[in-house]
Amino acid sequence: MEILQAAMAGTLESSDAQVTVEPGDGSVELTLSSSVMNQYGRQIKATVLETLERLNVSSAKVTVVDKGALDCTLKARVECAVFRSCGASAENIPWGGAIR
Amino acid sequence: MIPRPKPERFRLRRTMMFMNAQKPGLIKDAYIYGCDSIMLDLEDAVAENQKDAARFSLYHALKTIDYGDTEVIVRINGLDTPHWQEDIRVCVAGGADGIRIAKCESAQDVRTVEAAVERAEEEFGVEKGRTLLMAALESPKGILNAYEICSASDRLFGVAISGGDFRKCMQTKFQSDGVDMLAARGQMLLAARAAGVQCFDTVFTDLDDAAGFEAEVRQNKAMGFDGKSLINPKQIRLVHQIFAPTEKEVLQAEKIVRAYREQSAAGVGVFTVDGKMIDIAFIPGAERTLKLAKACGMYEGDL
Repeated sequence: MEILQAAMAGTLESSDAQVTVEPGDGSVELTLSSSVMNQYGRQIKATVLETLERLNVSSAKVTVVDKGALDCTLKARVECAVFRSCGASAENIPWGGAIR
Repeated sequence: MIPRPKPERFRLRRTMMFMNAQKPGLIKDAYIYGCDSIMLDLEDAVAENQKDAARFSLYHALKTIDYGDTEVIVRINGLDTPHWQEDIRVCVAGGADGIRIAKCESAQDVRTVEAAVERAEEEFGVEKGRTLLMAALESPKGILNAYEICSASDRLFGVAISGGDFRKCMQTKFQSDGVDMLAARGQMLLAARAAGVQCFDTVFTDLDDAAGFEAEVRQNKAMGFDGKSLINPKQIRLVHQIFAPTEKEVLQAEKIVRAYREQSAAGVGVFTVDGKMIDIAFIPGAERTLKLAKACGMYEGDL
């Protein structure tokens, strides 16, 4: 998917993550901050990058502010932000396809 | 990926706790509270501009979190909104046990949802008929059409009244003796029993009024409800206590069922147990008491 415009999903509440995506310049540029960076930083990064790859996002600036979200929440927030940036988040989501 | 067992249409549903599907902190460990069902909410708890985000969050929760024996129902948005069709797709794709139809007013509403569920089951390769339905009656029209709603679908396991919207329609407010909703509760119970489905009462919203809550739950039990909708885990224990049979009731039920089996084998139809007349009319009630007692961990006998 092509990131067409800036979009955000998620909150800064505990157990959540706030994900912002913006149009990139040819690569994926991830900025991550997390309240559990030392313990889980690498895993969070891997989950975010895997999710973007599954959505075929190859060019984006992605900012994640993590507040201790589980992997399933991180995925949900990244996916929602990407679909929002394409104006495609409201219906006909490929549940079980690209979203899994 | 957590494979959930096929949902049971009629199971124990004393407590059904609402949770905002958009709040990861809530839904990640909802099963620890021990309610019979959780109700992940895509409707009123989710702001209009977060409906999309709530669905992504719901999908992954359904696929990832092991809710164990806790039944997982999703309350979808009303049929008068642009959201309900996508809500149904995500519920079915994620494998929710059931869908609660908000603001249900007619059998046609149930059939509309059922048709969309069937399409989604086909789309996502889910066993046809797996996804259960329940209907929330929130308006006078819904209550007046309760019987046709209760008998509209083989997937429908029950109906619940939703007090907030109903009182608003009736231009009344919460009354501690329940008189504000007495007729509606009664009518809904009659319809549910006539159609052979379950019936659930509305939420009690004043968390500080413990006495008021207890009185309402006792009245629910006395009226014949199967269970109650809840908004807070601290309400669960009391409902389970009040809906559990007493030890005396369990003993009595056991005696009745045993006596009935002996007597009917000997060709006797009516007899007495502890001085009370018993015939076949008492047996379903006694059996239900034993079933409930088993579910509450109070009875381990062989009946």
